[in-house]
Formats: sequence, C-alpha cells, structure tokens
Amino acid sequence: MTGDDTKHLPLEDIHMAAGARFGAFAGWSMPLTYPAGVMKEHLRTREQAGLFDISHMKLFEVSGPEAVSLLNRACPLDAGALEISHSKLSFFLNEAGGILDDLIVTRLGDIRFMVVANAGNAVADEKHLRALAADFDARVEPLDRVFLAIQGPEAWAALSRAGIETGSLLFMHGVEPRKNWFMSRSGYTGEDGFEIGLPEADARDLVAKLLGDERVLWIGLAARDSLRLEAGLCLHGQDITPEIDPASAALMWAIPKDVRASGAFIGADALRAAVERGPAQKRVGLKPEGRQPVRAGAALFDADGNPAGHVTSGGFGPSAGHPVAMGYVAAPLAKPGIRVFADVRGTKIPVDISSLPFTPHRYRKG
Amino acid sequence: MATTYFTSDHEWLRVEGGIATVGITDYAQEQLGDLVFVELPETGKKLTKGDTAVVVESVKAASDVYAPVDGEITEANGTLSSDPSLVNSAATGAGWLWKMKLADASQLAGLMDEAAYKAHIG
Repeated sequence: MTGDDTKHLPLEDIHMAAGARFGAFAGWSMPLTYPAGVMKEHLRTREQAGLFDISHMKLFEVSGPEAVSLLNRACPLDAGALEISHSKLSFFLNEAGGILDDLIVTRLGDIRFMVVANAGNAVADEKHLRALAADFDARVEPLDRVFLAIQGPEAWAALSRAGIETGSLLFMHGVEPRKNWFMSRSGYTGEDGFEIGLPEADARDLVAKLLGDERVLWIGLAARDSLRLEAGLCLHGQDITPEIDPASAALMWAIPKDVRASGAFIGADALRAAVERGPAQKRVGLKPEGRQPVRAGAALFDADGNPAGHVTSGGFGPSAGHPVAMGYVAAPLAKPGIRVFADVRGTKIPVDISSLPFTPHRYRKG
Repeated sequence: MATTYFTSDHEWLRVEGGIATVGITDYAQEQLGDLVFVELPETGKKLTKGDTAVVVESVKAASDVYAPVDGEITEANGTLSSDPSLVNSAATGAGWLWKMKLADASQLAGLMDEAAYKAHIG
C-alpha cells in the first residue's frame, strides 16, 4: 500500500533519527530494521531488551453495564469470569467460525475492558464491534495512544530504571499505572515483556529514558516477525485468516471449555461442528533440514509426492540457529517427527513436523 | 589486469582473461541485511543475461541475483555454504558468488564503471 492513504507513526521522527529503514505493512509506514540489522535486533531482544513501536495496533476501550455481554457475543470468551487485570487471548470469528482477528482482552474494571487488535484489522474490528454494540448497553471507544512494546529478559529492569516498577505484574495481566496509560505484561516475542499504551508526550519522554539505557535497542518489524515465528505465535493474515477456524489453528486452548460447549458467540455453531468432525488440516511447526529457509507460500508434499499442505510463515530463526516455519498439513500428518517435503523453487527440501515453539517461552508467570 | 564493471541491479563483475568473478555490491548487501543462506549454481550451467544465477536469503526474504552477461558457470563460491555472512562482511572480496566464462565480451560495454555506479546509487 502506498500513496496518501499510508498511515504514519506518531513517533516517526524518532525512528528516522534512529536510522530506521521503513516499509509498508498493513497500511502503515513502519520501521523494518534499524542500523544494527535484523540479526542483532532479534538477538538483543532475546538476550537483553528490545523496544518496538507497535502504534499501528489498536486499543479499544469497551465499557458499560452490558460490556460483558457484548464481549461474550463478539468473542468465544467468558468476559465475566475474567478477574480484574487479567488478560486473555481471544478472537473475533465470522459465522463460519473463521478467525477475523485475534485480540487480547483485559478486564480493567467491573464493566470496563481493554481490547487490543491487529493493525490490518483495526478499522474492520471497530466497525464490527460498534455494530454489535448497538444491541447492548455498552460503549466502544478507540483510544488515541502511542503503543510501545519492550521485550526481553532485561525489559523489567530497563522500565524500572525509567521509573516504572513492574514487580507484581504477571504475564497476561494489565493495569493502568497512570492516567491514560495501559500497561500489560505480554508481548509477541516469547520473552518476558510489556506492552504500554500511552499519550504521545508521555511516550516521547519514556522512549528517551529507555533509549538512554544501553541494554535497550529499537527493534523493527523484520525482527518482530522472526521473534514471533520462533515463539510459534500466529500472524493474522498469514497463519490465521477468516478461512481458518481456531480448531485447525491449534488455538482451542484460548477458548474455555464451557464457552465451547454453550457460548453464544458469533460462529459458535460452526466452531462446534468443526470440532465435532475434527479439522481436516492443522497448524504445525516446520523445521527444514539444512540451512535453506522455507518461506510462506511453499507447497508441502508427503513422502509419496502427494500434496500435504502449505507453509504460512517461514524464515530463519536467529536464536534457533536454523530455518523455522509454520504451516498447515493434513491432520494425519500433524505429528512431531513426521517428514514432509517443501517445494522451494523446484527443489524438494525435507522438512520435519516440529512442536512449537522453536525457542522456549520465558514469560513471567509467577 | 582485471577490470571491474557494475550493473544497475547491484552486481559487480571482475573480468580477467575471459572469466568474470561476480558478486553483489556493498550497497546491495546492506539493503538485503544479514544473509543466512546462499543458493549457489552448479558448475557448467549456461546462463543468459538476466537469468537468475543465485538466490541469496536474508532472515526475512529471498532475493534473486541475475546473470549480468551470457556465459557458463565455472565455479561457485562454496565457502558461502557454511558462511553466507561473508557476503555481508566482504561483498566485493571473499563474498563473491560465482565465476563465469564470458560468451560475448562485447556485452561488457553495456555495464557501468565504478564512477557511474556510484552516481547510480546516489
């Protein structure tokens, strides 16, 4: 996407000053890499702390007496069962059970929630949620915030030095530490880390403090992608799409059992039917043999040369030290250790079905 | 005496005795970022100008490197199989990609010299 419709980050000047190379993503001009390069940015995040500008993602506040009912309709979720400050991965599904978006819902109060949605779907999500809200006594308010993520084992320490204590906050919990701030212990790299939504002026101040810490480095979208892929996390539009349901995507863990059984969310009937008959294909990790990356779009074949599935995300895992990929294979093949073959420019590369993640998660769970 | 030529696709060729050593320029390796894999051609393969000769892969993407002239591959830089990052650290030296026997030396006239290439990349 180019031209006048391209959206720009509020802190774009800071990224330019940092020497970022920009590229188009989901309608935004985003920093892809900084002078350190993808490899160093990726490893810095795993070893110390990486700072990401994720302001392309969208924060919505959902509030009102029927906020719980609205969310229970919009998502396969029991919003009323969430304790205050708890966050949960959920989805907007279509009537066929396909994933319109994946999002994180955090309960901020009895009748107040924060919903974080993906950049590419932000406009559609808002429309979808607002349309649903018409049937409920609930309000949907998109928030105008800079959104930053700081990820890595030293993320908490860097925040502490910048004056933000995170001690009691655990993984998948979110709080409002200051007026118009939202901070959750979460992220999309597999590391301990935080996502912070805050007003632009505060963000400029926080970024300056964080970058003054030698452990912290700006990380671009390219390394964000290799980090999330190693962590086995799905990218919407690639690994999960409106054609894929949560059962095929191996994401049923995000849907509570009683919600699966009796929830009245959009797509419930279709999802129940899909679970009942069992998915025809499943999302798996793929570990190519050798050094050659196998990328999104590559077709997969079984040992007899029959079509077996396709790759939805693929690249090189700088921390894993080998190529990593994710994709869909016919359900009988979705077992770690089974060998399939990827067609890469006419050559069949042996690929083993692998358990995910490729690099262990290091979330701070308690 | 070797002469070095450049293409608008950011390849360099060092020609000596009818054999061209080909690689990508420092500008190109910088644009691509950290390379993790180089798919090398087989010796004896005949290429026409514009054919994909080599695929270089960064963490993020695969990129084609084209044959800048017609010819036959005489050698591929096998060192890159174990150390693709040589292309990043020494693009115009140890990180060369392949050598080829020129089929038509007159094609060299259509390529740039270093000054023209520098102007090309601005």
